[in-house]
Amino acid sequence: MIKDRFFRAPIVAISALILAGATQVMGEDVTSLEGFQSMPLVYPKFMVDNLWVLIAAALVFVMHLGFATLETGLTRQKNTVNILFKNVFIVSVGIITYALTGFNTMYPGDFNGFISILGPIGFDDDVANLTSNYANYTYWTDFIFQAMFAATAATIVSGAVAERVKLASFMVYATILVAFFYPIAGSWKWGGGWLDGMGFYDFAGSSVVHAFGGFSALAAVLVLGARKGKYLPNGQIRPILGHSMPLAAMGVFLLWLGWFGFNGGSVLSADPAAVSLVFVTTSLAAAAGALSSIFTSMIYLKKPDISMALNGILAGLVGITAGADTVTWVGAILIGAIAGAIVVFAIVLIDRIRIDDPVGAISVHGICGVWGTIAVGIFSTNPEHSLVTQILGTLSYAAFAFVASLILALLIKSTLGIRVTEQEEDEGLDVAEHGQPAYADFQHITN
Amino acid sequence: MYKIEAYLRPASLEKVQEALAGIGIAGLSVLEVRGFGRQRGHREVYRGAEYSVDFVPKIKVEVAVKEADKQPAIDAIVEASKTGQTGDGKVLVSAITEAVRVRTGETGDSAL
Repeated sequence: MIKDRFFRAPIVAISALILAGATQVMGEDVTSLEGFQSMPLVYPKFMVDNLWVLIAAALVFVMHLGFATLETGLTRQKNTVNILFKNVFIVSVGIITYALTGFNTMYPGDFNGFISILGPIGFDDDVANLTSNYANYTYWTDFIFQAMFAATAATIVSGAVAERVKLASFMVYATILVAFFYPIAGSWKWGGGWLDGMGFYDFAGSSVVHAFGGFSALAAVLVLGARKGKYLPNGQIRPILGHSMPLAAMGVFLLWLGWFGFNGGSVLSADPAAVSLVFVTTSLAAAAGALSSIFTSMIYLKKPDISMALNGILAGLVGITAGADTVTWVGAILIGAIAGAIVVFAIVLIDRIRIDDPVGAISVHGICGVWGTIAVGIFSTNPEHSLVTQILGTLSYAAFAFVASLILALLIKSTLGIRVTEQEEDEGLDVAEHGQPAYADFQHITN
Repeated sequence: MYKIEAYLRPASLEKVQEALAGIGIAGLSVLEVRGFGRQRGHREVYRGAEYSVDFVPKIKVEVAVKEADKQPAIDAIVEASKTGQTGDGKVLVSAITEAVRVRTGETGDSAL
């Protein structure tokens, strides 16, 4: 211990000097790119902050792989190519449309607070956009981090409509959702719009991303209808089993990993206190969600269902997303545990009222997104967060996503058609839509 | 000559193979099959909803034996695969009218 202290003393002294120096230099004005880069302490801090947000963007990208394998695992093998195809399309179209309109529409600067559809990314002034004059990171970092978020909203829908949606129709739906609906709704909070002005809080998107995606999925599923053979005429519910629990489990672990970027990057700097707290609250909520859904399904369903345990992890993650930086570690466990129980009941209830959601996206993202946002009003350590504003905010997102998506889905249904034919559904979308089975050379008999 | 077709639990394959080898039966075929018997499958729960597994995974062991080996082979299979629970399976025996060894052209018992 003595030896330890002996070595630490100079380090503490140097750190104190560096901190004092940093605050001193922080005050200096940045007037040129070269001048900024030569500032001894401000520039390294900027580099670290910027690098962390970039790494976080890469982690959020990994979530798309997680969604792809989760959705694949929880559906039948005859629709695997179709699910993978949709996921490839969504992430690609999401990033392109975010560059063309999404980013500026979501962050329009001064606007009416509700809607301002703007054009492509880009800038003239390097000093204003590539230095600390912009933020703790550059304009490009800001764009790519937000672009990775944008596509997740459409990916949520992809799982819910799986196994019966027409490919071309889904491509149109996802493009409009991610190019216009998501950035417009996002501007209300993160773009400084009307909900932000009311003091509504959504740290990393329980409402902006997840409730939005979940309620868009609900609208799409209502227009689309259930998979053939899911609800029998005599009122019986026939479960349609997912074909690969290993893929589903891999997907959920990848999503947990990606969430370190989703929430951790949303600190928007590498601030040690905030980022480390967010890592802890994020993981505690995920773990509590898993345990709570495991015990809920063992007691209520009399079965330790792996797909429910996996949904429990996601429920905890979605739940903590709104308040990851503003709740205590105990609050995080409670938020996750409640989300894990909610998700089991929600999945069973939604199935009983004959809404067919193969992966549980409406429950995991929609219901738990709403819960997580409301939970900020209950568990936040910041007295300025109000329960009423949180409820109003999350219901606004759910309602907008539902109504806008319902209109879009009905329009698509009446023009392009939204469902494949019964014959194509029986045959599987892989062969019917893509002419290509996912597992060539394997024959599989299904019940 | 007789063909013995035994529909059994997949887990009993190894014991059946050993038991047949133990009485000198050389050569058998095994197929993965699905089916149901008197109890008509069973019920499971997936994501909170019950469903019935109508076709239960089974294996089908096929072995061709000489007249003298027929009863010992049947006894060996039954003994090796019996658990006493429903779903143990069935053994079906039928007569073979001809057998040919492809490589040598031998026929009858010596082809087995």
